Amino acid sequence: MEFFERFAIPHPSPLIYASMVGIGLTVIAIVIGLTYFKKWGYLWREWLTTVDHKRIGLMYIISAILMLFRGGVDGIMMRLQTAVPDNTFLDAQHYNEVFTTHGIVMIIFMAMAFIIGMMNFVVPLQIGARDVAFPRLNAISFWLYFAGAMLFNISFVIGGSPDAGWTNYFPLAGTDFSQSVGVNYYMWALQISGLGTLMTGINFIVTILKMRAPGMTLMKMPMFTWSALITNVIIVFAFPVLTIALLMGTFDRQFGTHFFASTNGGMDMLWANLFWVWGHPEVYILILPAFGVYSEVIATFSSRNLYGYKSMVGSMVLISFMSFLVWVHHFFTMGHGPLVNGIFSVTTMAIAVPTGIKIFNWLLTMWKGKIRFTVPMLYSIGFIPLFTIGGVTGVMLAIASADYQYHNTMFLVAHFHNVIIPGVVFAMLAGLTYWWPKMFGFMLNERIGKWGFWFLSIGFCLAFFPMYITGLDGQARRMFTYSAETGFGPLNMVSFIGAALMAIAFILIVYNVYYSFRYAPRNVGQDPWDARSLEWATHNPVPEYNFAVTPEVNSSQAFWDSKKNNHQLFKEKRSKIHMPNNSGVPVIMAGFFFVFGFSFVFSIWIGVIIAALGIFACMAYRTFENDHGRYISLKEIEETEKKYGGAK
Amino acid sequence: MKVKLGLILIMMFISSILAGCEPLLVLNPKGPQAETTANVIWISIFTMAVIVIVVITLLIIMVYKYRASKQSEDYEPPHIEGNPLVETIIVAIPVIIVIFLSIVSVKSTYEVESVPEGYENEDPLVIYASSSNWKWHFSYPEQDIETVNYVIMPTNRPIEFRLYSYGPITSFWIPQLAGQKYAMADMVTKINLVAETPGDYPGRNANFSGEGFAKNSFVATALTPEEFDKWIDEIHSTAEPLTEEEFDQLLEPGHLGQLTFTGTHLEFAPAPEGEHAGHHHGTSEDDNDNENHSNSLIIK
Repeated sequence: MEFFERFAIPHPSPLIYASMVGIGLTVIAIVIGLTYFKKWGYLWREWLTTVDHKRIGLMYIISAILMLFRGGVDGIMMRLQTAVPDNTFLDAQHYNEVFTTHGIVMIIFMAMAFIIGMMNFVVPLQIGARDVAFPRLNAISFWLYFAGAMLFNISFVIGGSPDAGWTNYFPLAGTDFSQSVGVNYYMWALQISGLGTLMTGINFIVTILKMRAPGMTLMKMPMFTWSALITNVIIVFAFPVLTIALLMGTFDRQFGTHFFASTNGGMDMLWANLFWVWGHPEVYILILPAFGVYSEVIATFSSRNLYGYKSMVGSMVLISFMSFLVWVHHFFTMGHGPLVNGIFSVTTMAIAVPTGIKIFNWLLTMWKGKIRFTVPMLYSIGFIPLFTIGGVTGVMLAIASADYQYHNTMFLVAHFHNVIIPGVVFAMLAGLTYWWPKMFGFMLNERIGKWGFWFLSIGFCLAFFPMYITGLDGQARRMFTYSAETGFGPLNMVSFIGAALMAIAFILIVYNVYYSFRYAPRNVGQDPWDARSLEWATHNPVPEYNFAVTPEVNSSQAFWDSKKNNHQLFKEKRSKIHMPNNSGVPVIMAGFFFVFGFSFVFSIWIGVIIAALGIFACMAYRTFENDHGRYISLKEIEETEKKYGGAK
Repeated sequence: MKVKLGLILIMMFISSILAGCEPLLVLNPKGPQAETTANVIWISIFTMAVIVIVVITLLIIMVYKYRASKQSEDYEPPHIEGNPLVETIIVAIPVIIVIFLSIVSVKSTYEVESVPEGYENEDPLVIYASSSNWKWHFSYPEQDIETVNYVIMPTNRPIEFRLYSYGPITSFWIPQLAGQKYAMADMVTKINLVAETPGDYPGRNANFSGEGFAKNSFVATALTPEEFDKWIDEIHSTAEPLTEEEFDQLLEPGHLGQLTFTGTHLEFAPAPEGEHAGHHHGTSEDDNDNENHSNSLIIK
């Protein structure tokens, strides 16, 4: 009995019991559904074992949308709790768990998955490759992310959620002040999915550097691919810091070391430093791919080439470098004196310069263009003013003396949502709508999509602009409630209304998928948006091998040149295509990682040992496996191309 | 687009009204430090507003003028590479703004970190403010008294708060008097401030520190020097002395009302500074201190 007690929730509530029932019923429904429709084989063959970058990308995106739902529910609960003074919907402990998981789920399991999914789907197509450099590794990346995400998400029904904030500052996150296993979950869920992300970083750098179509020099890559390259370079430099910090945190919590303790020579602020040495570049890992998406979308729907290609690339390189030089601005209030704060204040503000260049370049891309107001373009147009507001409030926060007043307040909360939502979320929705026909061969409904955009934008403004004001009025972040005398009530109610509008937007976006799946015409052709870059030179949806013949490229908008300037993309003759084989090892290995993480969280060492042996067995299997891939025959290619009506 | 712009304008309008009628705490300073930051905030708001207005105006012009529905069917947008002159301008203007704000930032940061101008020659009143879950303990070594969850200080005299924590990192904040600073377990940080107007000012821990965080607040009261001295005398004639056992009880997690004692806990539980610090932070103590580190901070 004692063994099972540790799995109990330390702080249960009806909401959590309801979620347990909900999760149980959903799992049963999925299992019954798969069995009834005899889809287990299909699921295993086509999805769980796939190494196809397009399917892995889709799985990332689907997971990201699920996590958006989870994180969104957390967000709504927080806004509901703080909508009126002295509310009792959640108690302090639950509120603490909710904002902690909201942060982690949204950053690590939603935004990261969304951008990596988008990169997975689009980058190989944009560079004219058949797949990423290491398809099997790519599958491992996804399944490690998925294992991490699931591990994190079971925390609130088994053993308790982390409750020390997504920044997880020690000593609050140490065992003295956070006794439940929640923070162990934090450590291992991030560790496992972080390993996957690091592998993605290496994989995409190699893919982009080595697998571009003939003629595509670095300065002829589409802008989204450029952003992906820079992003992955940042990943490779930043994520090892997180890996080590998490490991040190795990040692502190589970093996009694004192890296981050305030006694015995430990340094509590070391965690904050390591966390933000990773955490600030992480912000740019999120935003740069978003910039890439906007560059593609704005150029396409302005029917113009991207203005200032070279300065766009240059500014991204500069941002990636500077992103490592600003981490101290997350704790100006630590007391390291005006000199250190002054230096980091200046470096932080300096990042605004390359970012500003990009904003002006997008504006100049619209100049003399022919702007079509499609859903992706609406998101991009909405992004510019909203992100500018988020950006300039970032500059305000960068002024160290003023930050002493903004720090830890709702002003800060307003700022980072103001950059992440119009920056990353808008970009992902724009990109999803834009590349949807590439993924599925039909378009999303424009009318419903526009309603979704307006609900999201207006909801966003209502939800987050009031926080700037309450922040300046002294409302600290992460307070589960406040008294009526503070006067925070009315504006927090406005925030809640905004959050509710955003929830409606989410429902509209999901409904749009259902509606379009049922009613949208399937004959969208190859180029429904009159697009410019190489991914549109193949069919919709994309055949398994991407391009029947490897394209040859002469500019960053090769497809546009082939349409307008008689550039010939496909010169070679068709021949058989070499493809990688599917493999069940990645998903099995990730299963072992899940067991490893789960056992470690609860210090069940026998489980840890068995799972570790399983992981090594998977690696050994791969080492001795003799798999040279397979060929798609010419006949099969001809048939596929004919089915698509391809004259190319 | 117009709807959105309208919305933004409405929001700005609302915020200006709010700032006008009932001043926001941070923008309603009662001492020179908070006044410096409030001024810096206003400077940055105006500078940034210019940028936002320029970007939004440009965007509206582009979107309005070059929308497809306004152009002829066969209009083919030109191919335009970057233009060195334009790109120089879009780099130069942000650089100038950033240089301006950098100067403002560095200068004001030095200002708010030091003793306020005009008070440099006065003898500061030292108050130790230490946090424990979820209370603030204020020790006055000079006056030999200690309070919990409220602090009283004389006006027009520089106050030096020395901050540290029994437990998680907290952030000491009296918005109307000065910005925040962290209180940590293994070192002492300092805030210099002066209150120029008598009154009660809300103060709190701004850094998340666990379950009782929301109510981890205190009241900072500024009294005229005469009233302050009277208050001190009153405490000495009415309050009980603070014993070690009692202090250990106070440290237990929970909330307490406002309490007053004579004597300070510093006598039996010194602050983590000097030889009691957890680490060296550029202080001139000799290295023999190292041996004391591990023992100096054990919380009984």
